[in-house]
Amino acid sequence: MFDTGLWRFGGFVDPARELQRLREEMDKIFSEFNQPIAREIPPVNAWIGEEDAVVAAELPGIDPDAMEITVVGDTLTLSGLREAAPLKEGESYHRQERPCGKFSRSLQLPFHVEVEKVRAIYEKGILMVTLPRSEAEKPRKISVKGE
Amino acid sequence: MKDLNKYEKKPVQETGGAERTKNRRVYLPRVDIIDTKDAVVMYADMPGVDQNSLDITIDKNVLKISGVVNPPAFEGHSLAYAEYDVGDYDRSFTISEDIDRDNVEALIKNGVLKLVLHKAPEVAVKKITVRAE
Repeated sequence: MFDTGLWRFGGFVDPARELQRLREEMDKIFSEFNQPIAREIPPVNAWIGEEDAVVAAELPGIDPDAMEITVVGDTLTLSGLREAAPLKEGESYHRQERPCGKFSRSLQLPFHVEVEKVRAIYEKGILMVTLPRSEAEKPRKISVKGE
Repeated sequence: MKDLNKYEKKPVQETGGAERTKNRRVYLPRVDIIDTKDAVVMYADMPGVDQNSLDITIDKNVLKISGVVNPPAFEGHSLAYAEYDVGDYDRSFTISEDIDRDNVEALIKNGVLKLVLHKAPEVAVKKITVRAE
């Protein structure tokens, strides 16, 4: 019973190894902070470029007709419905983990959108909306003339 | 809070200190498993996976589904806002003896995998009557 304790404090512990272990523990704690947390559904990712923005959401197994995408000014709204498969007579669930129901999500973009030119692609369960920046708001280069 | 968590992707827990060779996150696909009269039907949410990047294997009584997702890249764009992470999918299930290994249907549509595991017809439940002497 005493043995382990004496060994530990008797200078037999490799300090380099202990430090390595501590580092691993810390890495573990901090890596958990890095994970994106979705506060609203569905979670979205957004890429911004000079000409347009691309907003992506993972929405597997949704009928594209049941999805609604609206753009007003600089706000994009994604909404829709995911229905649970109805069970037939004599069938039962072993597991039911996939979420279902209505969802709605709004996202404000850093610029106004050219509503006419918005494109949406639904592929492999991922919805991708391309939102071009409105012409009036595009950055303009101002040339400086020297006298 | 519970409902919101349902939409977050669940990362695979590393076991026994073994790490993956690829430096990419791996998630557990969410599944619905329905037991019908002559089959077990499984639906798995795997957005970003198509028929070419999906791998389904049955080894003895372990069914393994794994899918590779290639994160999108847009030239001239930078990721300004992120709420979800993109990663591969991996999940294993233990299946019972009465599943016919040679008769498994798999279909993927809109990022949802549908697996139909037919039950072997010969393994019908047999009742044993006990006689009293």
